[in-house]
Amino acid sequence: MTGTILPKRIDTEPTSTIAGYSVRPGRPLPFGATLVPGGVNFSVYSNHATGMTLALFRRGELEPMAELRFPESCRTGGVWAMTVFGLDPETLQYGYRVDGPFQPERGDRFDPERIVADPYAALIGGHETWGERSRSDDPYPYRSAVAADDFDWEGDRPLRLAREDLVVYELHVRGFTRHPSSGTTLPGTFAGLVEKIPYLRELGVNCVELMPVFEFDEMENTRIHPETGQPLHNYWGYSTVGFFAPKASYAATGRHGMQLDEFKNMVKQLHRAGIEVMLDVVFNHTAEGNEQGPTISLRGLDNRTYYMLTPDGYYYNFSGTGNTVNCNHPVVRAFVLDCLRYWAAECHVDGFRFDLAAILGRAQDGTPLANPPLLEALAFDPVLQDCKLVAEAWDAGGLYQVGSFPDYCRWSEWNGRYRDTIRRFVKGDAGVTSDMATRFIGSPDLYGGRGTAASVNFVTAHDGFTLRDLFSYNDKHNDANGEQNRDGDNGNHSWNCGWEGGTEDPDVLRLRGRLARNALLLLLTSQGVPMLLSGDEVGRTQYGNNNAYCQDGADYWLDWSPEGSDQDLLRFVRRAVAFRRAHPVLRGGRHLDGRDHGGPLPNVSWHGVRAWTPDWSAHSRLLAAMLYARDGERDDCVYVAANSYWEPLDLELPELPAPLAWRRFADTAEEPPYDVAESGAEPWLADQARIRIGPRAVLVLTADRKTSDEE
Amino acid sequence: MELSKYVSDGTTVITLCGELDSSTAPRTHGSLEELLPEEGTVVLDLSGMSYMSSAGLRVLLLAHRRAQRNGVGLVLASIPEEVRMTMSATGFLEFFTVAGSVAEGVGVLSG
Repeated sequence: MTGTILPKRIDTEPTSTIAGYSVRPGRPLPFGATLVPGGVNFSVYSNHATGMTLALFRRGELEPMAELRFPESCRTGGVWAMTVFGLDPETLQYGYRVDGPFQPERGDRFDPERIVADPYAALIGGHETWGERSRSDDPYPYRSAVAADDFDWEGDRPLRLAREDLVVYELHVRGFTRHPSSGTTLPGTFAGLVEKIPYLRELGVNCVELMPVFEFDEMENTRIHPETGQPLHNYWGYSTVGFFAPKASYAATGRHGMQLDEFKNMVKQLHRAGIEVMLDVVFNHTAEGNEQGPTISLRGLDNRTYYMLTPDGYYYNFSGTGNTVNCNHPVVRAFVLDCLRYWAAECHVDGFRFDLAAILGRAQDGTPLANPPLLEALAFDPVLQDCKLVAEAWDAGGLYQVGSFPDYCRWSEWNGRYRDTIRRFVKGDAGVTSDMATRFIGSPDLYGGRGTAASVNFVTAHDGFTLRDLFSYNDKHNDANGEQNRDGDNGNHSWNCGWEGGTEDPDVLRLRGRLARNALLLLLTSQGVPMLLSGDEVGRTQYGNNNAYCQDGADYWLDWSPEGSDQDLLRFVRRAVAFRRAHPVLRGGRHLDGRDHGGPLPNVSWHGVRAWTPDWSAHSRLLAAMLYARDGERDDCVYVAANSYWEPLDLELPELPAPLAWRRFADTAEEPPYDVAESGAEPWLADQARIRIGPRAVLVLTADRKTSDEE
Repeated sequence: MELSKYVSDGTTVITLCGELDSSTAPRTHGSLEELLPEEGTVVLDLSGMSYMSSAGLRVLLLAHRRAQRNGVGLVLASIPEEVRMTMSATGFLEFFTVAGSVAEGVGVLSG
């Protein structure tokens, strides 16, 4: 079959020459630089600029090879667009000089002496090698470049897994495989992550949440390590330089300008393995900082549009990092939407976690909005319809919206309440058992009507202690960050189990291992979406540092060696994740209401030392829940008991309707490998009526049909 | 970028020598269109390639697709290490059958 082939387009011929280059008025849409027949279409907008010049560079050369001022014929309103012919897209870098007033008191900071990056650039050149500082004489250190946007997806689509079925694994692309023990051929890169897909499969997670992968400058940190004198990095990268550009130094092929291909291949390979990709996106602030910060892109294009400014032109600082993006300005809103659409449509990303998302709900003067246009636009956008949207529902300006984030029946939240309660419960605080029960069933007090998947449950995340450190330190130990331990959160709800930090004491170590398992087991049997922090499954430590944003080194990367990783714990986590997958009753989308819905047992029931008799009093440290659902012909029944009291307790078990009988999946009071069974191969309980739960232990049972020959 | 062609044991061997980037890609693509056989088998000998850019990878994939359409078996032989890394990291490598040498490639195709 042959289709009709039309004659050549009529807009592929130049109409004039500027600075020696053949050009014609360009097309304002799409924004950014787009490959068109014979050339590149450049489109850039600014509502307050008075003129625009395109600077063209040859890769590797400091100074521009040409500067092309946009003629009036290339301007449509506040958009300048021009097609330039005869460029080599692979060696081309470009930027803009923007004319306009420098009047900070009015919010304008135009500076035509500088060249600024295209906010829509899909590639940013100049920082392809991790840890390399910009040249001090470089007039333009973050260089926009044009990406090849064709890619052979071979039919790949976003996976569209049900939110409540997710097990999220939060990881740092570099830290995940950079350690010499990782055994990857391309450590610390998107390609290195692909090499570890079998590990993720075996772990059982089905969503990776990548800490920032948009281009950032890890060298922007000016602090030094107080002991070694070495410069500290911005290792985490919560400081965006280019919102459309995958970080070049996270790609083994970044030096060839192929980071976008490498990123897309990573997504494609993860999808093949049944693993979704969620990006941690930072729209609350940028790398341009406050009045003293560098002018990279947005500040030079239209400062007062992109940033929240005080009446006298200074930067509001709701992000704690110097500036605040003016998210609910219509232009910025459209920019954020363009950006997310790009990652979803062009790169097949499955979802986004929004850093300090409460800022996204503030008005242009910082006031929290009841119905923030940006959040509403994201919730109802057709391109993003299948994307997970997860809010970190607080900001550094004191807005805390866990449970009250404007959700439009669409948004999920990092449930900070879950994190705080489970930590306090597991370490044995009094008076938190009933709150723990509420968290365990998906926080219906916070998310009633929104479903359990509105709650992303976690014990640890990149911010704060690792799981191992949570039970090894009472206090943060952040001296290595160069701020005399002043940085980082003081409220950790942690407990060192009797000794601050590293120890050989077997009793202390045993207790720490048990508390970590208690937390993991509760997390993985709770209603809602569990999120694991990468490395917690093998007992990764940060030596008590609860704000390791600047610590880039072998001591902080994930150690893959058998001696550097807790293999017993890894087996425990794998099996607990598999157990969650095997039991739909643990991940229903609706909140459980305690009724039986025509079945033999309520969907959730609460117990205590005596069956059917929970103790919700302030001194009780025992939580026992039985979950039941009819899954087709099968009964799906799980009993979870958590004892954070320091003595053992004898529990009466709820009687099961015949022929169901109890099997023991996990008991954290047991030493490995007896702490956990393989899901589906759990041993039957000899005594079906009673069971002893150890001190500070979690016990998980499951009920199965038992025939008389299975004794 | 220099291309040449010979036949070995009934298999067409095309050697690519030099840099394959955006400046040489259009011409290389055109040459491959002419040199690729309409039937039979073909080995692309990359041992003389000193650089492969993003545009270069796309030329190779287009050659692969064309061969596939015509039912022509195509093997890439002697991929230099850096080129191989680039192809592997971006996923391009997995489209291809790969051989360590032209002889091995001819063997794969006739086997």
